[in-house]
Amino acid sequence: MNTTSISMTLNGQLIHAEVEPRQHLVDFIREDQNLTGSHLGCEQGACGACTVKVNGQIVRGCLVLAVQANGANVQTIEGLTADGVYKDLQQAFLQFNALQCGFCTSGMLLAGAELIETKPHATRSEIREWISGNYCRCTGYQAIVDAIAHVLEERQSNLK
Amino acid sequence: MKAAAFNYQRANSVQEVIQLLGKYGDNAKLMAGGQSLLPSLNMRLSNPQILIDLQNIAELKGITQTDQVVRVGAMTTHTEIENSPIIQQHLPILSEAVPHIAHRAIRNLGTWGGSCVYGDPAAEWPACAVALNGVMVIQGAQGERRVLAKDFFLDLYTTALEPNEILVATEFNLSAATNKHYFEELSRRHGDYAATGIVCQVELKQDVVIDSRIVYFSVASTPLMALGVQESLKGKNIQSLISPEFLSSAIQMAKSEIATLADLTNSAQMKTHLVGVLLERALKHIAH
Repeated sequence: MNTTSISMTLNGQLIHAEVEPRQHLVDFIREDQNLTGSHLGCEQGACGACTVKVNGQIVRGCLVLAVQANGANVQTIEGLTADGVYKDLQQAFLQFNALQCGFCTSGMLLAGAELIETKPHATRSEIREWISGNYCRCTGYQAIVDAIAHVLEERQSNLK
Repeated sequence: MKAAAFNYQRANSVQEVIQLLGKYGDNAKLMAGGQSLLPSLNMRLSNPQILIDLQNIAELKGITQTDQVVRVGAMTTHTEIENSPIIQQHLPILSEAVPHIAHRAIRNLGTWGGSCVYGDPAAEWPACAVALNGVMVIQGAQGERRVLAKDFFLDLYTTALEPNEILVATEFNLSAATNKHYFEELSRRHGDYAATGIVCQVELKQDVVIDSRIVYFSVASTPLMALGVQESLKGKNIQSLISPEFLSSAIQMAKSEIATLADLTNSAQMKTHLVGVLLERALKHIAH
């Protein structure tokens, strides 16, 4: 088995590892690093359950190789929820019942947070468009849109 | 599914890529953003011996403007195009097209060059490159050559790139004429591949059409230009484009000259119908 040495910052910690070039990032995170908050659904970029952040931007964890993230700053749901927009979103998801089984939730939170950070005035239809890359098979999306819209509104009213 | 095993190397310059292509030939695949390549590896539709990662090559990145040329580096991501003030000012069609490309997490990694070189007939960028009369800048062992976008997309997933070549950028010559444009795609779900899409760029002199490009995508094996319709627009005042007579003859012409092919979910007849629908919307938009 041919392996490559990589290092990356994972949730703020510098890690070194040996990986096969074919291993994608979310398998590396879940199976080698034992962080199972990012989920693996379709493995072809359709469902969004594997969403993680690489160098500050959300990406599909199944469409990035671990070796591609060599030298990168990688963040998963485990490293993001202590405070800030993620904590607010999690509260709103609970309040609005925006999850049932939870499989899509970490991806939804990461996608929602990047929307709030880059488009603070997003409308409901922009929210729907933005999260259209994340599948939820339980909620019908309405409650998820409500939760994200709530955080956007709260942040707007706090600025006033 | 998991990809079959392969080797991996990061190249640091275009020269190094060309050397590696010379060494490995068809056994190597260049990896730009990987957003089409990795699904095809995960589904084992492709089985390269080595992936050559282009992410470190600074000369392939970014959007620059010099005099009347805007250059989009092959490794520029969709999100960078979305956020670029140069693009918003000079090539607004691209800004309008970006939100239709997949979803944010994919746009953060997927690239201009990767999409062009993949040559998917349902993708937005090849059609935009043709509509904007882009020049594909290609580097190979023999040096640089340039190919017009309309001559670059040869067939399904097939471009004019030779095996040992790499696309380094696309250049757009900015016209001094007044431009009007229209972009639309019809798809079942946001971010899905289009059932049919249209990109129009019309150059005007005092409301008279002096040149136009009307390009359809997701209709056949490559983007297709409606050459007859383009010819019929020439010399017309834009107001006359929406007279019922002109509109119906242009729609008829587009439907007969764009030879559609069915895809997995849409029949050729349906695509032909949508060719007419999109042309009507485009001409009405341009006339207003």
